[in-house]
Amino acid sequence: MARSVTTKRKMITTAAAWTIGLIIFFPIYWTILTSFKTEAQAINDPPLFFAFDWTLENYAVVQERSDYMKFLWNSVIIAGGSTILGILVAIPAAWSMAFVPSKRTKDILLWMLSTKMLPAVGVLYPISLIFVEFNLLDTRGGLVVVLMLINLPIIVWMLYTYFKEIPGEILEAARMDGATLKEEILYVLTPMAIPGIASTVLLNFILAWNEAFWTLNLTASTAAPLTAFIASYSSPEGLFFAKLSAASTMAITPILILGWFSQKQLVRGLTFGAVK
Amino acid sequence: MSLKSTLSAATALSLITATGAFAADPSATITIATVNNGDMIRMQGYTDKFTEETGIAVEWVTLEENVLRQRVTTDITTKGGAFDIMTIGMYETPIWGSNGWLVPLDDLSEEYNVGDLLPAMAGGLSYDGTLYAAPFYGESSMIMYRTDLMEAAGLEMPDAPTWEFIAEAAAAMTDRDADINGICLRGKAGWGEGGAFITAMSNSFGARWFDMDWNAQFDTEPWANTLNFYKEMMDASGPTGYATNGFNENLSLFNQGKCGMWIDATVAASFVTGDDSTVADSVGFALAPDTGLGKRSNWLWAWALAIPAGTQQEAEAKQFIEWATSTGYIDLVAENEGWANVPPGARTSLYENPNYQAVPFAQMTLDSILSADPNNSTVEPSPYVGIQFAAIPEFAGIATEVSQEFSAAYAGQQTVEEALEKAQAITNEAMEAAGYR
Amino acid sequence: MATKASRSAARFMMAPAVVLLLGWMLVPLIMTLWFSFTKYLPLRGDSIDRGLDWVGFSNYARFISSSSFWPSVQTTLVMVGGVLLITLVLGILLAILLDQPMWGQGVVRILVIAPFFVMPTVSALVWKNMLMDPVNGILAHLWRFFGAEPVAWLQDASLSSIIMIVSWQWLPFATLILLTAIQSLDSEQLEAAEMDGAPVLKRFWHIVLPHLARAITIVILIQTIFLLSIFAEIFVTTGGAFGTRTLTYLIFQRVIDSQNIGLGSAGGVYAIILANIVAIFLMRIVGKNLDA
Repeated sequence: MARSVTTKRKMITTAAAWTIGLIIFFPIYWTILTSFKTEAQAINDPPLFFAFDWTLENYAVVQERSDYMKFLWNSVIIAGGSTILGILVAIPAAWSMAFVPSKRTKDILLWMLSTKMLPAVGVLYPISLIFVEFNLLDTRGGLVVVLMLINLPIIVWMLYTYFKEIPGEILEAARMDGATLKEEILYVLTPMAIPGIASTVLLNFILAWNEAFWTLNLTASTAAPLTAFIASYSSPEGLFFAKLSAASTMAITPILILGWFSQKQLVRGLTFGAVK
Repeated sequence: MSLKSTLSAATALSLITATGAFAADPSATITIATVNNGDMIRMQGYTDKFTEETGIAVEWVTLEENVLRQRVTTDITTKGGAFDIMTIGMYETPIWGSNGWLVPLDDLSEEYNVGDLLPAMAGGLSYDGTLYAAPFYGESSMIMYRTDLMEAAGLEMPDAPTWEFIAEAAAAMTDRDADINGICLRGKAGWGEGGAFITAMSNSFGARWFDMDWNAQFDTEPWANTLNFYKEMMDASGPTGYATNGFNENLSLFNQGKCGMWIDATVAASFVTGDDSTVADSVGFALAPDTGLGKRSNWLWAWALAIPAGTQQEAEAKQFIEWATSTGYIDLVAENEGWANVPPGARTSLYENPNYQAVPFAQMTLDSILSADPNNSTVEPSPYVGIQFAAIPEFAGIATEVSQEFSAAYAGQQTVEEALEKAQAITNEAMEAAGYR
Repeated sequence: MATKASRSAARFMMAPAVVLLLGWMLVPLIMTLWFSFTKYLPLRGDSIDRGLDWVGFSNYARFISSSSFWPSVQTTLVMVGGVLLITLVLGILLAILLDQPMWGQGVVRILVIAPFFVMPTVSALVWKNMLMDPVNGILAHLWRFFGAEPVAWLQDASLSSIIMIVSWQWLPFATLILLTAIQSLDSEQLEAAEMDGAPVLKRFWHIVLPHLARAITIVILIQTIFLLSIFAEIFVTTGGAFGTRTLTYLIFQRVIDSQNIGLGSAGGVYAIILANIVAIFLMRIVGKNLDA
């Protein structure tokens, strides 16, 4: 970088950024910390930051009450399945919008986004009735399809913006060399768009993982993911801050770890074509 | 991995998850939706015993009360069939029973002894004389108070106090510097939270929800008296932010020693005298207060187990209900965790058991339950059944909105008069929509 | 480059996505429209099998004439607008800050984006109980530490509190997108301006902000879509009390609490109309940045 930066200025920015970062992160930090306290320590006045007896008791209680792995596995399958399915449907659509644009391309994109504006609770009855009719209640398959449909517009849009960054000439050259449409997409376009596809996958995995309306209302036990797991800890009788914290920590840790490991990828990909 | 294999692996994976996910689980398992209250969670711990005895596996869906209601109501009205047993209350049971959505529990075994259920509970869980849900535990409401603070204030709690005494005692016990609030009451919006409390309280002030022609009564004086009395007392002696406190918030305040008195569900008695409580040794009990008009302000409620009609596992579900609400289950809990922790308020025999009579809150709980009459809950005649609710399908929706107006008044965001005016309009509007007026 | 063959191929390849979304939109929409013209009270025994009574526009009239309707529209707009304003302003400042050279940039970035990974239910529960509780919440402790009376957040500042919670969740998203945009800013151009002695504010206004226009558009568009249907945060914290009842929440009350499907469906149709008005409005203002 050509800009010269004084150490003093760097120190000030560092201090400011760290302060803000820690403030933003504080609620999560506090939750994780509280999950290792006893219920009495969790509401101690003044609040305890370090000096308390670390305990794993809350985790044991939560695990005893509900089989965490089952919920976790359902979350993985539902979020993963819906994302993969969504990508498979979206790639061809995004390809055609990006490389064979017509006058209506933009309208179709905006229409797709507008399907997300239907308030979920307004269609709770219709969707529930359909699910009952087709025996989809409490099946992972049903949820995979619903979450795929919910996130499809975002997937298509993101992929579309990445594909548009790819110069059409390259594809044309491939075609000149006799590549079929399938080969063109599989061997030329997709490898070039891998970073974009990766961040799309990540973002949608996160959105699907955190979706809490349909995953709660269309499941009972077989297909219930972590959002349902949390719903049983929200306000039981008696002191519950520590147990709630433990359950919360268990629910967000997997996605938090995934997010942290892939944050570079996510940052690189989240451009929505914002970079010219 | 090459791109091609990555993509085909992804396709295969999604196909596997899709097909695998659609396949149903064929074992003999019953699925039970329940609320995340202490007694229910305790019951889950004993499920293994049931499975051992009968070979029937049990899947629990434990949800917070509001989520549970939303979930089971949608399931029953859309005939979803996701659950074999649902945990419901006295409000839902007669309504669902009358629609034919529940399996009648009229053929329970001899040994189960239906006659042993407290008449008030069995009555509230029946429609047209048929039992539709078996009470797991029942409750009324009563005063729980700190004997030490009461003594320090130089007062003595009568067994059946008046509201006037309660307000006076609350003021005397309040010590803001020591973070002690004379009284903690529910103010949280929601028909089952603050709505239930204020409705039960209003009964003792001579108020009612509807007159005999289903006209809302919020423009009457008893309602204004109820709300003004409540707000004045809570502003003077209640905790900060009482308008957002429900059962659980108050429980935790009381257990931390921050309340002088608390009027709430009788089941709370075992919590405030239990291990989590810092004041367990100094809690006394008394009947919910009145104003001398002949009605006390205690309610009646039961969490009960019911079987939705159309389930494939009716016989197994019945077996479970008989097990969970039997005297045998009570003995099992008593043996392992002591008599104070058994599910209360469901069976007459429990209160005749000398072991249980030794529990400090047993008698007051029974007296409270016996003094509650859902069929005759108001001073002036009313067309509805129920004490802290009116057992009509529209009530939950109306009362939730009304209680939100009340909570806004408690928080000082509007006056009591404004809240009552809005409550009146909301109620009449909804009753018109439902075709009552 | 588009040939006739590739045009038909394109149509063919777009078909699955379009057909699926069309089905996903139309089937529930048609059912919602149908219900909205009927008397559908499941707790009174109404069901599709038994046939629903046609009641014309009375559900629509009732929903809009209810005293709760206009306040709920206003609450919705305030909430969406408030969150957008906070996340954009803070997001831009944060993005500029994070773009500066500093020690531990990677870690700070991780700290800042973390809230985005927390499910709404969890963040609502954590904020409500562990931070905003007027007795045991950490904010109450903080207030008392400085000798102030703790605030009953969800009662006395309910709407602002919910806006705060939601902003906390969405700030990372805005920051990330704005950060990628800022990183692509030509630093030489900025330096040249610095050399010319242009003051900081002026540089920001004339160089940085125009460069961010497209990213801002994306943030507004995507967030609005998600914010209009905010639900868990209200359900968990206030249950719609204290003026936090949005249109979505009002529909929830009609459908779930009152079990009046006809009335709720009419509300759903109004919500769609409102969403589209907002969308058109947005397009007018920001649409030109979105040239496809």
